[in-house]
Amino acid sequence: MKFLRDLLDKQKPLFEKGGKLEKLYYAFEAGETFMFSPNHTTGIKGAQVKDAIDLKRMMITVVIAMIPCLLFGIYNTGHQHFLATGGTAGLWEDFGDKAWIGVMLVLPIVLVAYTAGGIVEAIFAVVRKHPINEGFLVTGMLIPLIVPATTPLWQVALATVFAVVIAKEVFGGTGMNVLNVAMTARAFLYFAYPAQISGDQVWTYLGDKMPVDGFSGATALSVVYNAGVEGTQSAVEALAGHNTVLGSGLYEFANLFIGWIPGSIGETSTLMALIGALILIGTGVASWKIIVSGFAGAYLMGLVMNLLAVNEYMAVPPQYHWVMGGLAFGIVFMATDPVSAAQTETGKWIYGLLIGVLTVIIRVTNPAYPEGIMLAVLFMNVFAPLIDYYVVKANKTRRIQRATV
Amino acid sequence: MGRFSKAHSSKTDMSKIVKLKKGFDINMVGKAKQELADFASAQTFAIKPTDFIGLQRPKVLVNEGDTVKAGTPILIDKALDQIIYASPVSGKIVEIKRGDRRKLLEVKILADSTVLYEQFGQVDIASLDRDALAAKLAASGVWPNIIQRPFGIVANPADTPKSIFISGFDTHPLAPDYAFSLQGQERFLQAGIDALAKLTSGKVHLNVDGSKAVPAVFSNLKGAQVNKFSGPHPAGNVGVQIHHLDPINKGEIAWTVSPTGVVQIGKFILEGIYDASKVIAVTGSELTKAAYVKTYSGASVSTFVKGNLNSGHVRVVSGNVLTGEKIALEGFLGFYHNQITVIPEGDYYEFMGWAKPTTRLSYHRALGLLSFLTPNKEFVLDSNGRGEERAFVQTGVFESVTPMDIFPVYLLKAIMAEDFDEIEELGIYEIVEEDLALCEFVDVSKHPVQELVRKGIELIQYS
Repeated sequence: MKFLRDLLDKQKPLFEKGGKLEKLYYAFEAGETFMFSPNHTTGIKGAQVKDAIDLKRMMITVVIAMIPCLLFGIYNTGHQHFLATGGTAGLWEDFGDKAWIGVMLVLPIVLVAYTAGGIVEAIFAVVRKHPINEGFLVTGMLIPLIVPATTPLWQVALATVFAVVIAKEVFGGTGMNVLNVAMTARAFLYFAYPAQISGDQVWTYLGDKMPVDGFSGATALSVVYNAGVEGTQSAVEALAGHNTVLGSGLYEFANLFIGWIPGSIGETSTLMALIGALILIGTGVASWKIIVSGFAGAYLMGLVMNLLAVNEYMAVPPQYHWVMGGLAFGIVFMATDPVSAAQTETGKWIYGLLIGVLTVIIRVTNPAYPEGIMLAVLFMNVFAPLIDYYVVKANKTRRIQRATV
Repeated sequence: MGRFSKAHSSKTDMSKIVKLKKGFDINMVGKAKQELADFASAQTFAIKPTDFIGLQRPKVLVNEGDTVKAGTPILIDKALDQIIYASPVSGKIVEIKRGDRRKLLEVKILADSTVLYEQFGQVDIASLDRDALAAKLAASGVWPNIIQRPFGIVANPADTPKSIFISGFDTHPLAPDYAFSLQGQERFLQAGIDALAKLTSGKVHLNVDGSKAVPAVFSNLKGAQVNKFSGPHPAGNVGVQIHHLDPINKGEIAWTVSPTGVVQIGKFILEGIYDASKVIAVTGSELTKAAYVKTYSGASVSTFVKGNLNSGHVRVVSGNVLTGEKIALEGFLGFYHNQITVIPEGDYYEFMGWAKPTTRLSYHRALGLLSFLTPNKEFVLDSNGRGEERAFVQTGVFESVTPMDIFPVYLLKAIMAEDFDEIEELGIYEIVEEDLALCEFVDVSKHPVQELVRKGIELIQYS
């Protein structure tokens, strides 16, 4: 690696103060610190030694935690294509073809998200003279996982650029943002291009093939929603009876949990999200409090809905809320974003709980939009500072009361 | 004596036991062996005005070439001129070192082979009133051992603190064990506590390590409330202890003294001299021999370090690695420091350093950080900065190493924003740098936390 180091050292003066390419210093810095952790030493006063962690390592841990979802999503994209077009229905049959279709659909989305976002990051870093933040490693992976595999690439690029600029850079970059960046990208797509990200037709890639007779691309959430509207059978029966043309059991609980169902690329598998959660909690990178209270909130609100049930949707057994749609993925990877979540430990309980509660309320009572996690997370992002405000205020009050007693 | 012993019993009834969970022990290679090493005695000593926080306008009272005794005034603070900063040894002033804009950096003294003391005369505490005692201590050289909270500055003899706190153990990395370094000083500790008890309107608290038997040096002391604290670092920090015993509110003043400071005060009371001798721990992974040594405040560390190194590229730290100060190989021990630590200098690049699995010490468990698997291992830590400064991202970590009802991140952000009300309301009166030093260590975003704390204190102190 000596020659690489020598090369960097040779180029460095160009980018430093007074050098020809001074303006591009932070772009250079990003590349340099990616290859070599810096030789800075601690200051004269204060901590003389530092913990081995840095932000890059922390962020890459989150990316690693998403890899099970990504790999599952890639294969599931191919598998759903085969199911819908009457190809081999066996899960592991035509493994190579399924994986290949998935890779060809998903990889470009990942590359586009990283490239578009990376360019925006770099431009802002140069113009605003701040370092390129490692947070983008995570955002660039999150965005592909929460869009359907059929999303046009230009929309992915546009949404990424929009989210990075509006949700992050206008606030001053990573660490300063109010909203979760990836969720903002998702919301942008939903409101700007609803045709490509909602309805029954977008979740399964068909390519130039025709779907099998009787195929419906409806997601579990919309099946349940329709059951609620029609009221002829219970939601669980409706789920069990859905798409029997593809073989039975597509929307049975176990399959919903494992995630061999249509949906956005990375969000279908509750199991994979939970593996991600294990990695995040085990490494201490994400708050277990948010994850636990998020799932608890959804379950409790599901139970409350059961008690008040006036239609079949409200009567859905609460555990189904865990496995349908993007709830698990959203709670594990989006709600726990340390920047946009509540920052106080007490606040995290409340924040997570309300995300779960709101998700179920939006799902069940909002006819316009069957999935609630996106809006719930964004909504609670906005409210997180308020929750923290009261938690911190309680701390200040304790201090003042102590003084007056 | 009769009057005192009555007070003793009522004061010691209320001792508290506090168990702390939050925090983190940094185990390092290079612990001092419990023996006095035969290092050559230090030749030169220095008084560094920068050691005394809050010392505003230092005025030197001696000239180069003057001869001084231990206890001869070297400096005063023009803003608080009844306190003298005295020579720790007898000898000749060899250099008065100034930096930019004539800022006073060091007054160096070449020591005599045997120390001669200024004779102040023994002090009969019972016969003096509080103010007279404070004035005697202030004029003797021992006073700067007394630190005022809030702000962590040298105390003002005119104030009467609500209580005085002594932490009887140090949980910092490689910190000296007072049970060893204070052996035989019981008499002086007792006299020091007696003097301090007179200076406060409240109690003198002596806080000991609750996870061990009370060391012999502390076990028979009277006149202080003995509290037991247990838990990982920073359980030994006096600021943390105050928070759990009798927290400081706006407008209140408490004082703190280290046990070595109490001994110095006690020696002044009983013998009428400023005896700045102390036993310090010479520690760190880069030393061939890590042990204790008897020396005086402000000693040049070179005789302890040179010829005792097992590698060439080192950093010498006066104090411990969390709160200490980098000094030169010929540098001087800080006034408040009871240890030096010698670690490898970390000015190297590391290829893909952020991604490689590593057994380096980390409080975290993020990808590839393996040190949590070996919690009892002793680590070699170097001075590498471990990454670049970034915006605050990780949350909850600072709280988990700060065993106080304080939100460090909010406080630090308020300091960055210079929001005076917030800084005050979030608890600046209760902390000094060392109380958040662990935050600086564990910080993912590598903020200069202790520097920020001092900035926040100064914003409030001088507003």
